[in-house]
Amino acid sequence: MFQNYSQPLEFTNLTSWLDAALRENLPEFWAVFIELVLVGVVLLAAYAVLAMILIYVERKITAFFQARIGPNRVGKYGIFQTVADVLKILIKEIIHVNKVDKFLFYAAPFFMIVASVLTFGAIPFGKSLHAVDFNIGVFYVTAVSSLGIIGVLLAGWSSNNKYSMIGAMRSGAQFVSYELSAGFALMTMVVLSGTMQFSEMIESQAYCWNIFNGHISSLVAFVIYLISGHAETNRGPFDLPEAESELTAGYHTEYSGLQFGFFYLAEYLNMFIIASIAATVFLGGWMPLQISGWDGFNQLMWYIPSYIWFFGKVGFLIFLSLWVRWSFPRLRIDQLLNLEWKYLLPINLVNILVMVILVLTGLTLTDLF
Amino acid sequence: MAQQIIFYILAVIISVFSIMAVTSKRLIRSATYLLFVLLGTAGLYLLLGYHYLFAVQVAVYAGGIMVLYIFAILLTQKPGEKITPEPLRQRVLAIVLSLVGIVFCGYIIFSNITKVYTLVTQSELNTKHIGMTLMGTEKFQYLLPFEVISILLLACIVGAIMIARKRS
Repeated sequence: MFQNYSQPLEFTNLTSWLDAALRENLPEFWAVFIELVLVGVVLLAAYAVLAMILIYVERKITAFFQARIGPNRVGKYGIFQTVADVLKILIKEIIHVNKVDKFLFYAAPFFMIVASVLTFGAIPFGKSLHAVDFNIGVFYVTAVSSLGIIGVLLAGWSSNNKYSMIGAMRSGAQFVSYELSAGFALMTMVVLSGTMQFSEMIESQAYCWNIFNGHISSLVAFVIYLISGHAETNRGPFDLPEAESELTAGYHTEYSGLQFGFFYLAEYLNMFIIASIAATVFLGGWMPLQISGWDGFNQLMWYIPSYIWFFGKVGFLIFLSLWVRWSFPRLRIDQLLNLEWKYLLPINLVNILVMVILVLTGLTLTDLF
Repeated sequence: MAQQIIFYILAVIISVFSIMAVTSKRLIRSATYLLFVLLGTAGLYLLLGYHYLFAVQVAVYAGGIMVLYIFAILLTQKPGEKITPEPLRQRVLAIVLSLVGIVFCGYIIFSNITKVYTLVTQSELNTKHIGMTLMGTEKFQYLLPFEVISILLLACIVGAIMIARKRS
């Protein structure tokens, strides 16, 4: 249906041209192999570059929230600040700590980063810019993202440091609890779209984003997902695993150099991943804002390429998360667990039921109009 | 070809880490090696193209059960210290018992492998089909076993509460 609109700036032409060229000149196996390697390299590069951009953006926005200027020395407006930081972290010494369990100590950061990269691969960045598109997309994302917490627990324990240990335990309790809510909120939307595959989910939101389509229920699920996603990434009012005043830096106190960099990178990218999953599931992913029947308007919207739409939505959600981060005071651990188990989880369970009723009785927006 | 290479890599990972999980003298390291075994198994499911089981394996075993194991181990007295080996008599008994287990499982797998092989579909199983099979009451559908297992879980929860509650 929307293939009819002209889409001058999409990557589709480039990727299909590359594919055709490779297949023409090479045997099947090598063409696929080269494509896989290319996709991997592009994903990793995007991962690193996005982290750098996110760190800069976060520092700048934080500064504005706190009425400061923020980084402004390296380059105009300090745009090369993170490049300098990354270079510094790359050439920093990795400090070896005595009396730690060496294997677990060095393995822990990899758990974090691997979980984060695996999830990163499943994000649809734009039309045809989608690496892992399983039938069970949403479930895949919740499954592999839960691996990260093992890294946190192992890091905390193997550091042989009480602060790290307490930080890791807090983080573990927090992640295990809030994962439940995030999963249920996503399941609510799976009920609405009737599929777990990200690509199909986006297609089904062509004319009506899920957040409008399921009105009340969607809105509740959206808010719950943002809260629990925020808590899962150990940020904002939920950053008590690394509460500076009590625990120095929580589970990554003993890490230095690139290993600390891994934790840092994973934290920022997890924020991005949560925002992009929310954008995909609730706000239509890379799908432009379209209104059924208004062809001229739709065409105008399609002139903006899909990846701009995607990053726009994700950027909005990230801004929202930063806003929350600098607006609310930190929760205590009992308040945190109360919020999850006594409020979010029951609301969520009722919400799923409401969504099922909405879908079955045909009260969603697309059914009504 | 590529599939076979990946299979052998996974098989080596699984077998090496299973042995390390059993022979390691530190509890927490055993748990970590076991995690690698479970992830390797998940890799095998991915190789079969059974994405749903892959995700279940990762979410339930690696993300759920292993996190709980590690949590529980961290709460024990000294998780990082080396465990003193058991006396010889017990070790011999353990070896004999595990050999019996291997023979028993091996026999079942060996005599059923031809039947199972025909059940593997080449195309991707979709989630709807799995859901229908799990929740249906017709032939080859699994509502009753599903519910029986939930009763088992309920019993576990009640038992856990019984053990954990304060006795006044």
